[in-house]
Amino acid sequence: MRPILSALLAGLVFGAGIAVSGMINPAKVLNFLDLAGAWDPSLIFVMGGAVAVATIGYRLVFRRTRPLFDTSFHLPTRTTVDARLVGGSALFGVGWGIVGFCPGGAIPALGLFEPDAAIFVVAMLAGLGAARWFDSRRAQLAR
Amino acid sequence: MTQFTPISALLGGGLIGLSAVILMAFNGRIAGATGIASGIVPPLPPDWRWRLAFIAGAVVAPALIVVLGGRPIPFQSTIPTPWLVVGGLIVGVGAYFGNGCPSGHGVCGISRLSPRSIVATLTFMATAIATVFVVRHLVGGL
Repeated sequence: MRPILSALLAGLVFGAGIAVSGMINPAKVLNFLDLAGAWDPSLIFVMGGAVAVATIGYRLVFRRTRPLFDTSFHLPTRTTVDARLVGGSALFGVGWGIVGFCPGGAIPALGLFEPDAAIFVVAMLAGLGAARWFDSRRAQLAR
Repeated sequence: MTQFTPISALLGGGLIGLSAVILMAFNGRIAGATGIASGIVPPLPPDWRWRLAFIAGAVVAPALIVVLGGRPIPFQSTIPTPWLVVGGLIVGVGAYFGNGCPSGHGVCGISRLSPRSIVATLTFMATAIATVFVVRHLVGGL
């Protein structure tokens, strides 16, 4: 039960951060990405604030050998930059640039009861699920 | 037009960073929206419960701010529905193969100085900026 409550707390703080920062608003995100238009640089400050706090906080957390409610840290093990990472990220940016929603912005926007956020989130989860299915299927066929 | 809001951006950003620290300190997990959200798509992983709890918190928080603060949070979306669906599908597929998004790579990954996350963030920033340029200034909007 305790890891569920701490995840809930982290989610609440995350959603509040997305709302307060303006990242919840796709128009603001698109204006940040629009260097040639009415550019809104706010997102740089969002990223700056987040990275500053997480960099310091992570340093303190990683002094411990394990998290408080689990037996070990679950960190990504891959370190190599490959075509899959770059291609997927490039594709991600195209979709992000079309709509102004990213996963972390759109999920909290569901709390504003905005239909556009709901449509995006459903399509995004469908895309995630389809890509995972395709990937596991391909891995099976390769065996 | 949206206004440049450096103070609230910095404050909100700090909260996003704090959330990443909380989830790492207690659960030992990366606070990436993509990774967490993919855990509530069937077939469910065994540890879907904490993921659903994080998402529930993320959804409830803005609603609480509106209710307690007594004023709306700015939100404007003018993208036609078919494009929302297309964009959502592309974001989902891209986030799966790219293993993350602005929260996972951009905040958590960069804070760990992960080379993969730095490359991923630069890549999706670049293609997103290019896409907005094409959509707004070459095509003339959606």
